[in-house]
Amino acid sequence: MTGKEFLSDQEVRWCPGCGDYSILKQFTEVLATMGADPANTVVVSGIGCSSRMPYYVHSYGIHSLHGRAPAIATGIKLANPALDVWLITGDGDALSIGGNHLIHALRRNVGVPILLFNNEIYGLTKGQYSPTSKPGLQTKSTPTGSIDHPVNPLTLALGAGATFVARSMDRHPVHLRGSMTAAKEHGGAALLEIYQNCNVFHDGAFEVFTDKKTQSDHAIFLEHGQPITFGADGQRALILEGGQPVEVSLAERSASECWIHDETDPIKAYALARMVGDIRPFGTLYREERPTFESQVHAAAQSTRGIEEVFALGRTWTVE
Amino acid sequence: MTDIRHHLVVLIAGDSGDGIQLLGSQLIRAAAQSGQDVRTLSDFPAEIRAPQGTVSGVSGFQFQIASETIFDPGDAADVFVAFNVAGWLKHKHKLKSGGLLIASSEGFDARSMALAGLAPDESPLADAKHSHQVLEIDLKKITQEALKEVALGTKEKNRAKNMTVLGVLTWMYGMSAASMEADLRRQFQGDLAEANLKAFKAGYHLGETAEWSAYRKEVPQRSAAPGTYKTLSGSQGIALGIAAVAHQLGRSILYAGYPITPASDILHEVARLRPEGVSTFQAEDEIASVTAAIGASFAGNLGVTASSGPGISLKGEGLGLAVMLELPLLIVNVQRGGPSTGLPTKMEQSDLLQALYGRHGEAPMPVMAIKRTGESVDDVLLAAKIAVEAMTPVLLLSDAYIANSAEPYRIPSPSDWPSITPNVREGQLPYTRDAHGVRTWTAPGTPGGEHRIGGLESEAETGHVSYDAGNHQAMIQARAHKVQSVTRFYGPLCVEVGEAEGDLVVVGWGSTYGALRTAVENLRGQGLRITHLHLKHLFPLHPDLKPFLAGFQRVVVVEMNEGQLLRHLRAEGICSPEFIGKTSGQPFGAAELQARLATLIQAKS
Repeated sequence: MTGKEFLSDQEVRWCPGCGDYSILKQFTEVLATMGADPANTVVVSGIGCSSRMPYYVHSYGIHSLHGRAPAIATGIKLANPALDVWLITGDGDALSIGGNHLIHALRRNVGVPILLFNNEIYGLTKGQYSPTSKPGLQTKSTPTGSIDHPVNPLTLALGAGATFVARSMDRHPVHLRGSMTAAKEHGGAALLEIYQNCNVFHDGAFEVFTDKKTQSDHAIFLEHGQPITFGADGQRALILEGGQPVEVSLAERSASECWIHDETDPIKAYALARMVGDIRPFGTLYREERPTFESQVHAAAQSTRGIEEVFALGRTWTVE
Repeated sequence: MTDIRHHLVVLIAGDSGDGIQLLGSQLIRAAAQSGQDVRTLSDFPAEIRAPQGTVSGVSGFQFQIASETIFDPGDAADVFVAFNVAGWLKHKHKLKSGGLLIASSEGFDARSMALAGLAPDESPLADAKHSHQVLEIDLKKITQEALKEVALGTKEKNRAKNMTVLGVLTWMYGMSAASMEADLRRQFQGDLAEANLKAFKAGYHLGETAEWSAYRKEVPQRSAAPGTYKTLSGSQGIALGIAAVAHQLGRSILYAGYPITPASDILHEVARLRPEGVSTFQAEDEIASVTAAIGASFAGNLGVTASSGPGISLKGEGLGLAVMLELPLLIVNVQRGGPSTGLPTKMEQSDLLQALYGRHGEAPMPVMAIKRTGESVDDVLLAAKIAVEAMTPVLLLSDAYIANSAEPYRIPSPSDWPSITPNVREGQLPYTRDAHGVRTWTAPGTPGGEHRIGGLESEAETGHVSYDAGNHQAMIQARAHKVQSVTRFYGPLCVEVGEAEGDLVVVGWGSTYGALRTAVENLRGQGLRITHLHLKHLFPLHPDLKPFLAGFQRVVVVEMNEGQLLRHLRAEGICSPEFIGKTSGQPFGAAELQARLATLIQAKS
């Protein structure tokens, strides 16, 4: 099947110019490239603009309740681990009302890629600040600027014991497709934060990272086993100094002295996830192998009792 | 000569650490094994280790054994075993005048008196002798003496006091010592088995040697129907029912729960039984447990969840989704005293209106109630059959009383159970309805069946999102019609006792069954013409209910709340009944109900 064939017959109703269009396109392309079976694919979502996505994908889908998609997805995977389940969510859905469910799906390692569309705003409820909004953001509910300290989805995921943590963006199709593919191939709970532009309520929130003119000086594209470098000329690099990332110039240092990205190192992943200024990492920050929740539940379910044995369990007596 | 009694009511009270529940369950199992009928009533504090020796920390266990069929745990006790004075003080009003108090000396010493809040100059045992027979036993001394050669510490040995009492009661009520010993041997190993058996024998011989023959009573054996039996509590019954559903459905069940008293026992029991086709999932909260169950049902399993009132409130959003998605789902509410945390270990029937109306939007769902432990398996099967065959969530009400009350249970044969057939119609759109208004259940993994469903209003047939006003109204009515149509699964409306028309009918639901039935039978024994009707289906109500009740001059609703079925019957235009209610955390006793019914009858006639 082609990417286009993975689109359902439903009219897509996001605002013109929304970053979600790109994410949907890359998603259906990834399904096609990975040879997904629509009959065996389930797209699960909560509530919000992003969560409308299941309606637009030709597969099985369930658009559920605000924040509850991780629990619904857990139930689906426990019922049928053979299904390819994807979870679509947003910053309000996953990190505010559904924060608890996200934490537990991650630490249990339910085998579901979680695509978290982060636009740092509530879109569908028409423009309130979200748990990822930067302090000072003026919105309908914060006319004098928000005062909440924002949540960092990546450190939250690492803290929750996630086995896969990554970040990508709507405006880099190649990187986004690669990240989605890596998240799916991981097999366990995979949190992929996707910077997504809401051009109506929070336009340009991630522009320095996504705009071709500024991207190279602000976005670091991580590659496992490679030095962490960036900049238009590729001459800017990171080293770790006292556990903190420090920028150096490759004109002064050799590449071998740089921080070599290691996806399996949780401490370094945390240091990367903590970079919330105007230079930020993209790609897979962290990955570890751990059995999925559903595989363990099903392994335990092998030792069951038949119906007669269940009813006869305990002390019984017979009346002739 | 042994005194023959057809009914014997025993009450045991003391600290939660005294092994009262174990003692009680040994006795009822022995009684049930000898063919007697048994009903029980547990009463324990919400705290795990409540303050020792205090009245608030008292744990109680009451049971009635009888040589004929009974329905309730009895009212006043014939014998009261008090491990401490606090237990006696809390429940002494329940011992019959002239009844026997067996008191543990240690539990009535100066320290115990102080813990129970009595002054040193008070003498509760001497006071008790004015209206009761009192048998004081130095349980501690006898037990320590019996166990002097057992390699256990003093504290552990003292824990065997309940076995000494078991020995005394086994002798006193003519139960088989041999089968009791065999039963203990099956339960305990090593030093513990030795200690328990020695203590048991010491108690048994004490009865023989101490010339207590005057206290001996015997409940004749009864011939129960042939079969294999076990004792069963309501929560165990619900767990077995879930196993039975998986067997009949031929599909797996995901039981998703979150710990809450008194519903947790169902989760424990399902996890312990490990029935074929049933997985358990302890979710992160009540919301996740209901939504995971919904996810499982979407994926073609049957999702089951249980909770108690506050947890059902949290699940309310998920129940609305299940109504909208039209997926099968079984929800059990083991009711307790509310609102809020209320009385976590006490019974109440105050979540009926929540079950009927406690959701946003037009969200009807079938509501059923279990009336007694012995029917819990069948009720779970019927609730699941309705859920699966009508593609709807079904709410099944239990309560703290049923959850913990035990009775003898004849193990059924799966061939006695109803079939449960998934409504799968290949090639149909997801919201195409059959003649009963039921949509098809196409699970992911089915080639060609791909579809999207969600909490947004669905377009008829396709399930696509639809904001069309006419479609919304039509879908609301279609869902309501589908739920109304589940009356096709109902059996006939049967009275428990009495005539199909007359002066007065008493209508109950849920766990008031035993006391209500006994009270009505007693009143009928006095010549009053009363009928007892007990409702299994609270929504939709039985189609024959209104014409049936119209055949009576007076209708009285009895329930453990402030008038919820009462309001429901009025709201549904069935009738406008009179009312007897109670919300003290303790179930109605049969004598209490009998008196209240008699007063009500006299007041008006």
